Amino acid sequence: MSLLDVVFGRLTFNALPHDLVTQVAVVGIVLLGIAIIGALFYFKKWTWLWKNWLTTLDAKKIGVMYIIVAVIMLLRGVSDALMIRAQQVVGAGDGGKFISSDTFQQVFSAHGTIMIFFVAMGLMFGLINLVLPLMLGTRDVAFPFMNSVSFWLFTAGMILVNASLMLGGFSPGGWLGYPPLTELAYSPGPGVDYWIWALQIAGVGSLLSGINFLTTILCKRAKGMTMMKMPIFAWSVLVTTLLIIFAFPILTATLGMLGLDRLMGMHFFTSGFGGNPMMYINLIWAWGHPEVYILILPAFGIFSEVVATYSQKRLFGYKTMVLALFGITFLSFVVWLHHFFTMGAGADVNAFFGITTMIIAIPTGVKIFNWLFTMFRGRINFKTPMFWFFSFVVTFTIGGVTGVLMAVPAIDFQIHNSLFLVAHFHNVIIGGVVFGYFAGITYWFPKIFGFTLNERLGRYAAYCWAIGFLVAFLPLYALGLMGATRRLDHYDPSTGWQGLFIVAGVGVVIICLGIFFQLLQLAVSIWQRKKNLDITGDPWNGRTLEWSVPSPAPFYNFAVLPVVHSRDPFWEQKEAAKAGHHPARPVYVDVHLPKNSGFGVIIAAFAFMVGFGLIWHMWWLAIVGVIGVIVCVIIRTSDDDTEYTISAAEMERLDHGHNTYAAKEQYA
Amino acid sequence: MSKTDSIAVEHLDAVETARHGTTALGFWIYLMTDCILFASLFATFAVLRGATYGGPSGKELFGMPFVLTETLILLTSSFVCGLVLLGAKYNRTKLVILGLIITFLLGAAFLTLELTEFTHLVQDGHSWRASAFLSAFFTLVGTHGAHISMGLIWIIVMIGQILKKGLVKGTIRRLTLFSLFWHFLDIVWIFIFTVVYLMGVL
Amino acid sequence: MMKTYIMVKLTKSVVKRIITVGLILLLVCAAVVGSIVLLHGAHIDVLNPQGEVAMKERNLIVFTLLLSLIVVVPVFTLLIVFSLKYRASNPKKAAYHPNWEGNRLLETIWWGIPCAIILVLGIVTWQSSHALDPYKHLDSNVKALNVQVVALQWKWLFIYPDQHIASVNLLEMPQNTPVNFSITSDAPMNSFWIPSLGGQIYAMSGMSTKLSLVANKTGDFKGSSANISGQGFADMHFTARAVTPADFDTWVHTTQQLTKSLDETSYNELAKPASVKAPLFYKLSDQNLYDTIVMKYMMPAPTNSAPKATTPKPTNMNMNNMDMSHMEGM
Repeated sequence: MSLLDVVFGRLTFNALPHDLVTQVAVVGIVLLGIAIIGALFYFKKWTWLWKNWLTTLDAKKIGVMYIIVAVIMLLRGVSDALMIRAQQVVGAGDGGKFISSDTFQQVFSAHGTIMIFFVAMGLMFGLINLVLPLMLGTRDVAFPFMNSVSFWLFTAGMILVNASLMLGGFSPGGWLGYPPLTELAYSPGPGVDYWIWALQIAGVGSLLSGINFLTTILCKRAKGMTMMKMPIFAWSVLVTTLLIIFAFPILTATLGMLGLDRLMGMHFFTSGFGGNPMMYINLIWAWGHPEVYILILPAFGIFSEVVATYSQKRLFGYKTMVLALFGITFLSFVVWLHHFFTMGAGADVNAFFGITTMIIAIPTGVKIFNWLFTMFRGRINFKTPMFWFFSFVVTFTIGGVTGVLMAVPAIDFQIHNSLFLVAHFHNVIIGGVVFGYFAGITYWFPKIFGFTLNERLGRYAAYCWAIGFLVAFLPLYALGLMGATRRLDHYDPSTGWQGLFIVAGVGVVIICLGIFFQLLQLAVSIWQRKKNLDITGDPWNGRTLEWSVPSPAPFYNFAVLPVVHSRDPFWEQKEAAKAGHHPARPVYVDVHLPKNSGFGVIIAAFAFMVGFGLIWHMWWLAIVGVIGVIVCVIIRTSDDDTEYTISAAEMERLDHGHNTYAAKEQYA
Repeated sequence: MSKTDSIAVEHLDAVETARHGTTALGFWIYLMTDCILFASLFATFAVLRGATYGGPSGKELFGMPFVLTETLILLTSSFVCGLVLLGAKYNRTKLVILGLIITFLLGAAFLTLELTEFTHLVQDGHSWRASAFLSAFFTLVGTHGAHISMGLIWIIVMIGQILKKGLVKGTIRRLTLFSLFWHFLDIVWIFIFTVVYLMGVL
Repeated sequence: MMKTYIMVKLTKSVVKRIITVGLILLLVCAAVVGSIVLLHGAHIDVLNPQGEVAMKERNLIVFTLLLSLIVVVPVFTLLIVFSLKYRASNPKKAAYHPNWEGNRLLETIWWGIPCAIILVLGIVTWQSSHALDPYKHLDSNVKALNVQVVALQWKWLFIYPDQHIASVNLLEMPQNTPVNFSITSDAPMNSFWIPSLGGQIYAMSGMSTKLSLVANKTGDFKGSSANISGQGFADMHFTARAVTPADFDTWVHTTQQLTKSLDETSYNELAKPASVKAPLFYKLSDQNLYDTIVMKYMMPAPTNSAPKATTPKPTNMNMNNMDMSHMEGM
């Protein structure tokens, strides 16, 4: 064992990418990275970046950073999708090879992993951070420092996934990494290890966020805001955190066990020595099914807020909506087996899980009707978020129908793991999760940045996504019924599949056009921001507390913490003002806010070292990482001086500096 | 003290009490997630218990007197931990430090016994590489041991903090969280003792 | 008789509306025409069953789809009607009740009807899960054919234990004869699927899953693996060929005369990771080959092996009736 072996483990120059496509991508990323770092040096912005963004404990800023990372990962994920489509178009016969089989399998594994863990989860945590404290009438989440740690762990995981592109390649085992394919016997390289440790690190971040948001909702609501007076989005976040808390430890345990199999020669899920791959499948889906509900429930919450606000009407059936959320949450724990009806559990077990799966369709359907009847006898303002909602109802309904279809085990035997399945889950994830979070971003953008997004470009983006989705995925339903399985990089031309793959490819291009419009929308909106300033803080005639603060929301959220008497408290306040009842003069008190802290970044950097070290068998690096994390946690948790105070007088001065609704109002 | 001063102090007290409650709730929720982590490992152990791949099962491998000793040590340390909290309530700093040291020593003794058991098993050729059953055993018991190790580090840190700052609100809050953690680990051990050792041997 | 003309002023918004509707109609037409062109003559295997199992599964699909329309049609209708009628820019100001937030009757309807649909579907699910259980043998007067299937990297091995032959990537079977498959893997997890004939089941190392299918028509049917198993996964397609019983007997007879035989040595050669261009055929020398393949993952190899030692048979399990639910531990 030479010194080089100890220092670099199994990392050699051979880990650099071998195929042209990856090499081009890596060069591009490196150049982009150099450009950004160069710009930071040139404009002398390092201090600003560190003080204002990297060390911030302000949930709103952390939310913005989550969304930036998620959008960057969306671009990477869609690039992967384009490559998959391209390969499947040329893959008729043995000849056409746009990318090698090995690369193809890394591409679809990275596509799924990135989209679920870094795009969907990123957008979700980002929006919750932006909005939840404001909506609850509080200043920040319950544990602001832990919030920062969560974000940076998320980013560390993201960096690990992208590092695999440059060094060693990614897992070829799909986004869920079933053994025995992902065991050492069949995948000895570093790819699967990248997958394991990126998700393990990001997963801890998610778990901490779940604890954080649950405690926030339970302990930090404004005075007078009982649970049944909370906005429905807050309820959706509550049930989501319950899902996170119950499900993510299972992921941690399962990835841990697979990691032990690979690192220490254990036999949890290996082919021999008593290992049981079926146990892995049960465990990973016991996490995996709640995970997809974790993704969709906040999106449902967003739609509830959006539809009520733009219909200028109370949400129909608030109590039923809460009940439905809990119904879906509870049921999502007893359906996991529907992901592997074909593993042979027997008719009784299959039928049980099939029936529980169908039952989930009931509360979900109820929610759709409740939204529709919120529109009924409303006065609907068709702004961009409502276009996303419209597209959601159309696409998600189709996805729901195909889901009920697959819930029948005997039907699932014929479509499991075919492109029909792929079409179904893209249907519900794009139609539900993605459209929901896009609606949320457009809806809450002015609150965070102080100006609205360009309406017309937003609408074009929504059209392109909706049409592009249909063109890209309806052919996949047909392909699945024609016997095409997922994850194929070539097929016999006599199957007649190529035409449909070409149509699907066109669909993805249309979706890319939609993304182009979104990026253009952002650029144009920033360019035209002075024309679109949100002066009142209430651009949509909103109903909930976040619209009662100025735009952009001040770092302290509320100068005086509000007292709430009903649901839709801001709407009620406006109605009362119309009737001539004005709020009392505010009484300012000292405000305690958390100081910035760099430990979030540093802990995540050490966590990255642990992951990288374990992947490349650089044991010293992993040990340094573990010690580093422990030492940082000890230092930070021993620190009793983590807050600063804004005096009441200063608070009053800051408040009147803003063009607030309250400042303009006459006091009683 | 002027009226505004006393309002400010009351305000700070209220803030501190609220923080204690919020932090305690957050820690409880974390413990529940840890519970589910252990539950996953227990479920896996239950499924893989019989997967000995022709090798020995728990009956042949586990020595009950050994395990009983470990259990008694851990239970005692939990009791001492309870005394520590009692001492903190009555502001008896010396007792708290003494109790923490004893808890540490008992925990360290537990770990030593456990590591001895592991070493003997590995030396006899029954390592975690030998079968799925042994992988599950070492991981479940080992994860508990790793948590105990973290607890021991925590005790050292607490001793350091109490020596430096005394029994102030911050240290008492952290002591409370530590005791929750330590008792939780004790409960997990009871399950391990029952499911792994007792049921393995009977 | 008075002729009434409706005059429509060609304002900008009207033109916009006409263009929008026109574009939508154009898109829909393009989609319909495109679908017809692309799907014309396509082999939509799942919807064109060639066997009784697949036929029942297709009927289930149609039934469930129709049942779902009970919910889908109202949702789409209400969405379009409400969006048009209650939009703020509607010149005919529709009723506006901003505080109306509940109606017991309506809620009962859209809780009740989905519950009823799911109740029906639930019963159908229970019945069909049992009727179409892959482990259930098919009712038939004809004696079933036994085939043992081994998923390899990256090909399918079919062993006919009663006929003492084996083939790779070509599954020949007699028409109207139920085939009882025992399926395992000597590779990562795979899934054995012939969509024209019926649903799939996983192929897992150290285990033997079961499936029963029957081909009621003659012809060549596509088969594939539906679970990723490594780099050559896309090569794991095979042909299921249903022929007349007479032709099947001829094929069996011819294959039995082959010199190439499948025993442990030639099997180990075959199992090496590689794809196969054209189907291979063997006569079967080792009757216990399938059992050996399954058992080698379950027990360590015997250390005191004489050259031709028999595989240790597990004492408390009957290989031919090995049931998945036993291994599940569920």
